[in-house]
Amino acid sequence: MSGSIPASPSVEAIGPAAAAAPRARAPLSPTHEAWRRFRKHRLAVVSLVVLILIVGGVLAGPLLWPTPIDAIDFAAMLQGPSWMHPCGTDALGQDLLARLIYGGKISLAVGVAAMLVAVFVGVLVGAVSGMASGRIDAALMWVTDMFLALPQLPLLLLLIYLFRGALERVLGVQGGIFVLIVVVIGGLRWMPLARLVRAQFLSLREKEFVEAARALGASKLRLVVRHIMPNAMGPAIVAGTIEVANAIIAESTLSFLGVGFPPDVPSWGRMLYDSLDYVQMAPHWALFPGSAIFLAVLSINFIGDGLRDALDPRRVI
Amino acid sequence: MSRSYLIRRIALAIPSLLAISIILYTILALAPGDPLGDLATNPNVPPAVQLALRAKLGLDDPIWQRYLHWLIAMAQGDWGFSFASHENVSTLIMQRLPVSLALFGSSEVLAVLVAVPVGVLAAVRPYSLFDKIANTVAFVGFSLPTFFIGLLLILVFSIKLDWLPFVFETNVSARGLAWWWVEFKQSIMPIAVIGLFQGASLVRYVRSSMLDVIRLDYVTTARAKGIGSRRVLIRHVVRNGLIPVVTLVAVQLPIVFGGTIITEQIFRVPGIGSLLISSILAADTPVVMAVTFVYACLVVFLNLFADLLYVWLDPRIALR
Repeated sequence: MSGSIPASPSVEAIGPAAAAAPRARAPLSPTHEAWRRFRKHRLAVVSLVVLILIVGGVLAGPLLWPTPIDAIDFAAMLQGPSWMHPCGTDALGQDLLARLIYGGKISLAVGVAAMLVAVFVGVLVGAVSGMASGRIDAALMWVTDMFLALPQLPLLLLLIYLFRGALERVLGVQGGIFVLIVVVIGGLRWMPLARLVRAQFLSLREKEFVEAARALGASKLRLVVRHIMPNAMGPAIVAGTIEVANAIIAESTLSFLGVGFPPDVPSWGRMLYDSLDYVQMAPHWALFPGSAIFLAVLSINFIGDGLRDALDPRRVI
Repeated sequence: MSRSYLIRRIALAIPSLLAISIILYTILALAPGDPLGDLATNPNVPPAVQLALRAKLGLDDPIWQRYLHWLIAMAQGDWGFSFASHENVSTLIMQRLPVSLALFGSSEVLAVLVAVPVGVLAAVRPYSLFDKIANTVAFVGFSLPTFFIGLLLILVFSIKLDWLPFVFETNVSARGLAWWWVEFKQSIMPIAVIGLFQGASLVRYVRSSMLDVIRLDYVTTARAKGIGSRRVLIRHVVRNGLIPVVTLVAVQLPIVFGGTIITEQIFRVPGIGSLLISSILAADTPVVMAVTFVYACLVVFLNLFADLLYVWLDPRIALR
């Protein structure tokens, strides 16, 4: 959504003198240029560091903190943070840091996988709709609007409630619920992306460079893949980034409501759900996974904001 | 607003409702087993009764017939019985709908009361310190998952400070003013959770919508005529800048309803959101289906309402 901050300084507003200044420098590759612009967004850079720390911690965590996630220790129930258990323990005396590390892997994996589903469907629908125009376009956009009007959370709950048993029989308890959550979250979140990509396609396909390629005899597929798609990707990347955060929230919400992952798969949301009954005695149990979700979501959102600045060529930074 | 627009817009809502009902029924039909015919597949029920039930529920009819049956029954208000409490589904929903609507309505009011002044002030001086702080706070605000804010509020205000109750009481025994006070105290946190979350996302929309209007020529004209800046802002900018916000509120409804479900669950508010969760955990399919459908209807109706409001506020639209 490049237009969401309309008062951003644009090339015309700043004037030729200022606009000419960056041109004097040696030309940078698009990636370099994007990185240079991304760095200007301080909070986004900080968030990138935070996110790298979270991802690194989740991946390297089991090596650095080899405590098993299900070691029950009734002598150490509901303890606050200590040297033995840096994040405290839960009602069964299980180490919360180990569970946080494990849960992070699940939550981040769900986020990324659901984002991929949403981006795949969204780009496909948006691209077909943007290229086809006419009836197909109208029909696809009607479907998109329909999906946008669906109440997301009730439908998520309904789908998981109805299909959970069957998928668990086929793919096992963990695999089944993982696939279900990813597909359902991704399948209910592609609409904004489809609209975004379609809008990009509609404006790009009338541009001169596309017309030139068409005049040179490029096939429709080549037009899309080589000329339109690369130029439409900026907003899609931004939306995809934010989609990861949304998917993490959606998964945590489901687990928090008790319909997500089972108790032996401690995703961050599931840990919060389990902690609810003990929130008076052991607030640390709720605070650590809650803050983990918050930090991950906030940093991803800020990175998305930074990417929006970095990938929008109309904005001068 | 022309009457033909009104009729056309209302007529457009009917296919959306039908499509949503088809989607819901398809999901139900694709689900393994016969979720609505739970008794008919229960091995403890004798086969003769099972057959009779199957015939009565029409489980062996073709799918489109079953859909029509279901649709007609829903339209007539016959929403079936709850498996768990053996009560009419419609009675259950009617008991709880007012609470949900009151919660939703007051948090929406709170969101607008917070978002409009902040968004307008931020837009008056873009890129000022206030604007930057408001933007960052709003960003943090809508990155906070609803369930985590709710939990934090409970931890601070109910457990640490012991100011507010964290379990919603349904049968308040107090009467008169005392009743209002109890209701007020137990509603603050649920309303604040949804209202502030929704307000945080609205602030940015209000700000950008104001910035669009502030740059228009008629605002410059008003200033040039010597009208005071406060009057220009309120009479000329805010009045027009808020029109698109109506649509944005409507677009966010599906997300807001998600927030109300979570909030009702955290604070044990007896609304249709907590009814949905408890029925899912109790495998009470008729109630689950009905509540989901009610949410879908609410989204469609409120969108319709927002569209009509938009046309009323901005007569240029009706020309189409």
